Amino acid sequence: MTALLHHLEAVRSAGRKIFVPYLMAGIPDRVTFSDLLASDQADAIEVGLPFSDPLMDGPVIAEAGERAIAGGIGPLDAIDLVAQAPAGPPRPVMTYYNPIHHLGEDEFCRRVATGGIAGLIVPDLPLEESGSLRAAAAAHGLAWVPLVAPTSSPQRVMSIAATATGFVYAVSTLGVTGVRDSLSERSSRVVEACRAVTDLPILVGIGVSTPEQAHEAASTADGVVIGSAVVKRQVEEGHAAVESFFTAVRTALDA
Amino acid sequence: MVDEHGRYGEFGGRYVPEALMGAVLELEKAWTEAWSDPGFRRELDALLAAVVGRPTPLYEAKRLSERVGARVLLKREDLAHTGAHKINNTIGQVLLAKRMGKTRIIAETGAGQHGVATATAAAYFGLPCVVFMGSTDVERQHLNVVRMELLGAELVPVDAGSATLKDAVNEALRDWVTNVEDTYYVIGSVVGPHPYPEIVASLQQVIGEEARRQCLQLTGELPDEVVACVGGGSNAIGLFRGFYDDDEVRLVGIEAGGEGGEGAHGASITRGTPGILHGARSLLLQDDEGLIAHAHSISAGLDYPGVGPEHAWLARSGRAHYESATDAEALAAFAALAETEGIIPALEPSHALAYLLRSGEGIRSRSSRRPAEQKGTVLLGLSGRGDKDVETVAKVRAAATS
Ligand SMILES: Cc1ncc(COP(=O)(O)O)c(C=O)c1O
Repeated sequence: MTALLHHLEAVRSAGRKIFVPYLMAGIPDRVTFSDLLASDQADAIEVGLPFSDPLMDGPVIAEAGERAIAGGIGPLDAIDLVAQAPAGPPRPVMTYYNPIHHLGEDEFCRRVATGGIAGLIVPDLPLEESGSLRAAAAAHGLAWVPLVAPTSSPQRVMSIAATATGFVYAVSTLGVTGVRDSLSERSSRVVEACRAVTDLPILVGIGVSTPEQAHEAASTADGVVIGSAVVKRQVEEGHAAVESFFTAVRTALDA
Repeated sequence: MVDEHGRYGEFGGRYVPEALMGAVLELEKAWTEAWSDPGFRRELDALLAAVVGRPTPLYEAKRLSERVGARVLLKREDLAHTGAHKINNTIGQVLLAKRMGKTRIIAETGAGQHGVATATAAAYFGLPCVVFMGSTDVERQHLNVVRMELLGAELVPVDAGSATLKDAVNEALRDWVTNVEDTYYVIGSVVGPHPYPEIVASLQQVIGEEARRQCLQLTGELPDEVVACVGGGSNAIGLFRGFYDDDEVRLVGIEAGGEGGEGAHGASITRGTPGILHGARSLLLQDDEGLIAHAHSISAGLDYPGVGPEHAWLARSGRAHYESATDAEALAAFAALAETEGIIPALEPSHALAYLLRSGEGIRSRSSRRPAEQKGTVLLGLSGRGDKDVETVAKVRAAATS
């Protein structure tokens, strides 16, 4: 069992819902980012590696990534930042595939694992193309976190869930990352489809924006990933606003 | 030549979010059925004749031939409806969209030719159309912006990244992920996840099939070289495919050399490395961490840091050869064609013309089939006309004389 899964299972068996906020690396600055990584409100923190062409991201995360790159933080610098951060919750990274391909799959996994990173989420690498990277991740003890979409056929949901070694990322809506007014009604259907084929934790992500939506999503899922709503505060308001948002989500999930 | 995983040798494949996998699999199935359906092919052929105006002529450029030092034949895609080869692809894809029951069309565009051609096909079939275009290109291809609007398309300017073709594709993909159930994405070149490169190449190969037949008719033999410009690579693949089995015909693709020297450029085959962009593994321009680089070319249609996987494979296998031409060379060639033949070409194929002006003399010596003193024959894909570029060229000229 991967360390990430072990950790999340402990949260689940304690009867709690899992909270995984997403942070863009190096935003608003290196020090604040590093401090946020130690938050005790989160069960794990998904770290976004900056990329030039983030096609699964809406404006909030895309612009935060552009800002990180403009500030001299590329994907490998981001890994180093995580490696140097104080102890805290497990940190899987979200990265597009080209930086992995460019460095080499095995070398990338080695570097990430050496930096204490817990797993990989690669949104533009579907089941059919991910075999060799999954093997490399496993060899380095990294958790694999695949995404299931509202458009995934039952057959695909089964095959995808079978590759998960961290959690299953249930995409709640059609579309890219972004802040939304309400939780998609597709959310619970995606969770149910995953539940039918896996015992691993199922987290709803993409389009979960408020503590209330988190609470609602967690009524069927084991927890939530919150991206744009966190990154918006990371960019515009800084440390205190992010922490108090974490607390609000935590409270809503524990209610 | 493409395998069941959508690969051309080590290139190609399908690197898309899970949310799009259902759509690309559905597209592959629908395309395979349509392409092998004689009814679909008959309907397409009729549209290519009536709407596009095919076949386009093969034109002997006599005065240019004298200047170049080789016999030059131009495949006149500039005479296709809307002024470029792009419409061969859009008519076919929108016909497919209709067959699949899709009710909304989206596209990206660089030079605006693909946007105009998609808007035209959508208008013909009565479907709503949204076109994404980098804001840099909105400015430098203003004529085509107006044309798209007249054709009833909604134009969405894209400010992200380099605000050019690459970023327009990103935005189109984001729209597709969001509206995948009713929307058909008409991609404009032989790029993207499988099956797109194969669909676009199949729809463009009519260029090469016609050109080969016309060349035999006109000259009694095959050309020594076949030359085309390469942005994403659709007009070049369409032309090259007509000659794949003719081993003695040299295939030459010309990329954007941009500023020249150490300056910015768009030469992803001659100067790029393997990577993943817009759903496929191919050759591309990137930095040492795998971030995609900004390309540069005076021509919006070649201003792209990637290239279709079939070209990467043709380059690797040695079947085709690739060189580049700079902005300055393309501008000179643009003027040369206008002056010698009375044809104003687009800036994209002006890059291929620049290669002719540079290498034309040498073409005869490469031919092993003829005595060395005889001139070689070059068949060049004139992919589009230059109305859209007149303002850009005028600005450069004004700057040069002031
Ligand atoms: C006239 C013309 N030629 C060539 C191109 C480049 O595209 P491709 O390489 O796909 O033919 C464009 C693209 O906009 C174009 O408008």
